[in-house]
Amino acid sequence: MPVINVEDLTDLDKAKMEVTQLKLEVKLERAQVSKCCEEISEYIQSGADEDPLVKGIPEEKNPFKEKGGCVIC
Amino acid sequence: MGEMEQMKKEAEALKTQIEAARKAACDTDMASAASGVAPAPRVQLKTRRTLKGHLAKIYAMHWSTDNKLMVSASQDGKLLIWDSHSGNKVNAVPLKSSWVMTCAYAPSGNLVASGGLDNMCTVYNLKTPVIKTVKELDAHTGYLSCARFLSDTEILTSSGDTTCALWDLETGKQKTVFLNHVGDCMCLALSPDMNSFVSGACDSLAKLWDIRDGQCKQTFQGHTSDINAISFYPSGNAIITGSDDCTCKMYDLRADQEVIGYQDAALNSGVTSLALSVSGRLVFAGYDDFNCNIWDSLKGEKVGVLSGHDNRVSCTGVPVDGMCVCTGSWDSFLKIWN
Repeated sequence: MPVINVEDLTDLDKAKMEVTQLKLEVKLERAQVSKCCEEISEYIQSGADEDPLVKGIPEEKNPFKEKGGCVIC
Repeated sequence: MGEMEQMKKEAEALKTQIEAARKAACDTDMASAASGVAPAPRVQLKTRRTLKGHLAKIYAMHWSTDNKLMVSASQDGKLLIWDSHSGNKVNAVPLKSSWVMTCAYAPSGNLVASGGLDNMCTVYNLKTPVIKTVKELDAHTGYLSCARFLSDTEILTSSGDTTCALWDLETGKQKTVFLNHVGDCMCLALSPDMNSFVSGACDSLAKLWDIRDGQCKQTFQGHTSDINAISFYPSGNAIITGSDDCTCKMYDLRADQEVIGYQDAALNSGVTSLALSVSGRLVFAGYDDFNCNIWDSLKGEKVGVLSGHDNRVSCTGVPVDGMCVCTGSWDSFLKIWN
């Protein structure tokens, strides 16, 4: 792939790049936010029960539980 | 009309069309859609480990996929590899340039990478008897802000030269250059399926890229300042960004817009870093004000805070198994909380 020298780009080059990109993006099909949020919400909730930072970690299962005795740092 | 004026006019017209299309899809927001969901419980995490060893500001950290080891980078000119369970340092990698801004652990655990104001991404092999530099990736014309391994043979970088790049680690050359931002790229995150990535930049935009064809597919607006941190939600359909404008935002990829913001009138410090809990329910966001705030991603409410650092929280990370969150700070310490 040719090396792009970003410093050689003129303001006009950048403006053309923006228009090209916008022409691509204007064609996107956008899903309804309500449907998207519902799916995200369901996905997250289904995992939250097993999420250690949400439900807490029992002391005996915690790999980071405080070490007893003297600790040399 | 000059060509420049024409381009500007065309751009404005297209932006107006896009805004209208987004509005048409915007029939609610996340907080309303999730109004029936029980709020996340107040999260009170304790510091389980304070990792002392760096002698200057910590700029970055990254967990290994083994959930135990992690790498941190400091402007004391070192990468440190830590065993987070014991709190011991496993390795120290001296850096040629101390102006480091990012570090990364390869999914295999064999390699780590670093980079910064030297404009290079240096890759090290941890498994040789003595840690060796295996490649110096030199082609960016600006600082290296972030690096993430796809495998032992490919790495993605983001740079202050406004581009991101995919490198072949066998040849040391750029395979693909991702050019579309008009401000320094500050962060990147790989999608769970590894086919795409998102970048955040000083142009206040986040962009979604196809790794293989090099194209920018989508652009997300809304922030009013540099985007310093970015992450994918575990489902791969949404991203979260953190910015110098003191807010975080969730953007849904299919709706192509922001669906919820995480902000508080009392918060007037920039967001430096963020990490998600394993389900995506909690957002851990590090701020310039020395704290890491914990947000309920569905409700947009603050549910906790990690206080304990004596300087800016510069980096945050949750391991793959989600068993803790690590914060790194300009106070030179890393803390592990759960």
